[in-house]
Amino acid sequence: MESGLEQKYNFDVVRWFTVMAAVYLVVGASVGVYIASELAWPFLNFDSPYISFGRLRPVHTNAVIFAFGGCTLMATAFYTVQRTCGVRLWSDKLAWFVFWGWNTVILLAVITLPLGLTESKEYAELEWPIDILIAVVWLSFTFNFIMTIAVRKTSHIYVSNWFFLGMMVMIVYLHVVNSLAIPVGLFKSYSLFSGVQDAMIQWWWGHNAVGFYLTAGFLGIMYYFVPKQAGRPIYSYRLSVIHFWALMFGYVWLGAHHLQYTALPDWTGSLGAAVSIAMIIPSWGGAVNGMMTLSGAWDRLRTDYVLRFLIMALAFYAMSTFEGPVMALKTVNALSHYTDWTIGHVHSGALGWVAGISIGAIYHLMPRLFHTEMYSERLVNFHFWTATIGTVVYIVAMWVSGIMQGLMWRAYDEYGTLAYTFVESVDAMHPYYAMRAIGGGIFLTGAIVMLFNVLMTVRKSAADGSLVRARNVPVPA
Amino acid sequence: MADRKVKAKSFQEWMEINIWGLLFFLGMALAVGGLVEIVPLFFMKNTMEHNQFPEIVWAKAGVEPIVTVDGAGKQVWNWQPGEGVRPYTALELAGRDIYQREGCYLCHSQMVRPFRDEKERYGHYSLASESMFDHPMQWGSKRTGPDLARVGGKYSDDWHRQHLRRPQDLVPESVMPAYPWLDDSYISGKRMRRHMSGLRLIGVPYADADIEKAPEVVRGKTEMDALVTYLQVLGTMAKLDEAKAYRE
Repeated sequence: MESGLEQKYNFDVVRWFTVMAAVYLVVGASVGVYIASELAWPFLNFDSPYISFGRLRPVHTNAVIFAFGGCTLMATAFYTVQRTCGVRLWSDKLAWFVFWGWNTVILLAVITLPLGLTESKEYAELEWPIDILIAVVWLSFTFNFIMTIAVRKTSHIYVSNWFFLGMMVMIVYLHVVNSLAIPVGLFKSYSLFSGVQDAMIQWWWGHNAVGFYLTAGFLGIMYYFVPKQAGRPIYSYRLSVIHFWALMFGYVWLGAHHLQYTALPDWTGSLGAAVSIAMIIPSWGGAVNGMMTLSGAWDRLRTDYVLRFLIMALAFYAMSTFEGPVMALKTVNALSHYTDWTIGHVHSGALGWVAGISIGAIYHLMPRLFHTEMYSERLVNFHFWTATIGTVVYIVAMWVSGIMQGLMWRAYDEYGTLAYTFVESVDAMHPYYAMRAIGGGIFLTGAIVMLFNVLMTVRKSAADGSLVRARNVPVPA
Repeated sequence: MADRKVKAKSFQEWMEINIWGLLFFLGMALAVGGLVEIVPLFFMKNTMEHNQFPEIVWAKAGVEPIVTVDGAGKQVWNWQPGEGVRPYTALELAGRDIYQREGCYLCHSQMVRPFRDEKERYGHYSLASESMFDHPMQWGSKRTGPDLARVGGKYSDDWHRQHLRRPQDLVPESVMPAYPWLDDSYISGKRMRRHMSGLRLIGVPYADADIEKAPEVVRGKTEMDALVTYLQVLGTMAKLDEAKAYRE
């Protein structure tokens, strides 16, 4: 390890975000397993307003996207920008404000959502006072990141940072516009927009939350942590430039594919579908660039468990960015819309790609942040298998149930009448709801093992005094 | 800082050494898709079907109150089902607030698609004009339960109450949670006035009397009453003619 890194860089805030990310994955996945179980065994709602499916589902989505995803992005963005720019974060104070502010948002979410205080817009449920806090914290995060780049020692801005920036700017646009609302009470507001205009704005937000927050940001993570872990340079600079701009420009158009055959005008849906298909190319460009970085070093996967997470994540990324565009086509969407297939697709991206890259990054960071070896390498491998198997069980269950639902709803009998009542399709879902809860449970087990491993590593470092020693390494004159 | 002085050999490289330039062009690139897909929806006339078929919207919205309560406590309606899309009454809005609060939109859609099987199962495909006063829209993205866009009038009030109290009593295979607490709270007239005033500020055409009389309209009504009232109005506002092609 180079000397004096702890003095030069602010890794404290990175450490705190990294550990919180591990905590929130357990929290978010636990709520997920619970609500999945509520669908399989509805008695689990226990006639309680606070834990009913309708109130808990936003807790799950907010926890996994904003708590887990957010802390992962903030940890890795603050780490990557410092390492690739060769300078400390522009402002330590602002970085800590972001940490405490973001965690306050999460706490407020956990309190307000079960109380039913919601704007009822997907992934933007938090009511208006919290929206304002989110805006302030996010702008602070963005500004600190930009200023760190502005005062960098390196001449060129590394590709990871382009992706982080794309995410940050887009989220500002999305959050501000989609959250426009008229407050009618301390925690109650109505969206400024209504009907079809609101629907388009909501899914411009919804899809770009996926495309920028969950994709561009995590591609930023991939572009740093894959070459670092593999010890090899990114496969192609030219590819990174082309696919970056294609994604930045193109992804934004995809939102309309959430509204095929609805009251959204035909032309908008067609645009969304066409650009969605076009996005396969730049998405796979990113997957190829990441994977081919291992060219000539594939045998590393035999022994490097962190690399396994990163590469498996890229495989799921490639799969999901093919599945998504296919589902965006009107003909396919006519079957898939409103079914569990959509949920399956979401989780192949969320568990396979987003969580996979995050977990790989967290395991890469831990030894470097705490100046000690991971408490247990074997548990990292155990986590890899539970994460992968859990994900596959989940998505297979949803593929089967989703397509089955779609087919049952449109099935006709020989008399020309609908073959199934709606409730017959609900009944048919039960075994798949159970299977999905089990798949999620397997994934959750891995997440718990990671939290244990992370906390034991922190403990090991504290006992060794390795972090203290690293902080006190004399800086070269 | 020595290696900062680099002469860019291309536009891309210029952006890679100039954070402000990168940010500017990123900001431009990111804005296009949203502008193209969102802005026209506010201006293109054929987005809202009532521009071509004005009969599907109630002409007296904002002019006459939808419903008032007379001296004897009886409801007096100025609007009848089928007269066209109108804002929600105080009681229906209270019900919609509950629908949002409980997250009903997470399992139920309110958007019938123009397919043969949906026509048979749910009714006429949903028009954009039908949700023009829905802030935010409740089109939904999942059907764990059936679509509710035209559930109004399909089941009795009693059926809805029993179903909401314990869905499995009426539909044994249902995975829907029970909502017994809806019987326990009353609707606040003052709160509904505030909500309706806020909506009017952002363009929902309430008449003064709609807002003033709100407390009378909701007096003595429970959350259950409100939610059932909301569900019973869904899809009943506009009378849609099978012969007309509302959407191309």
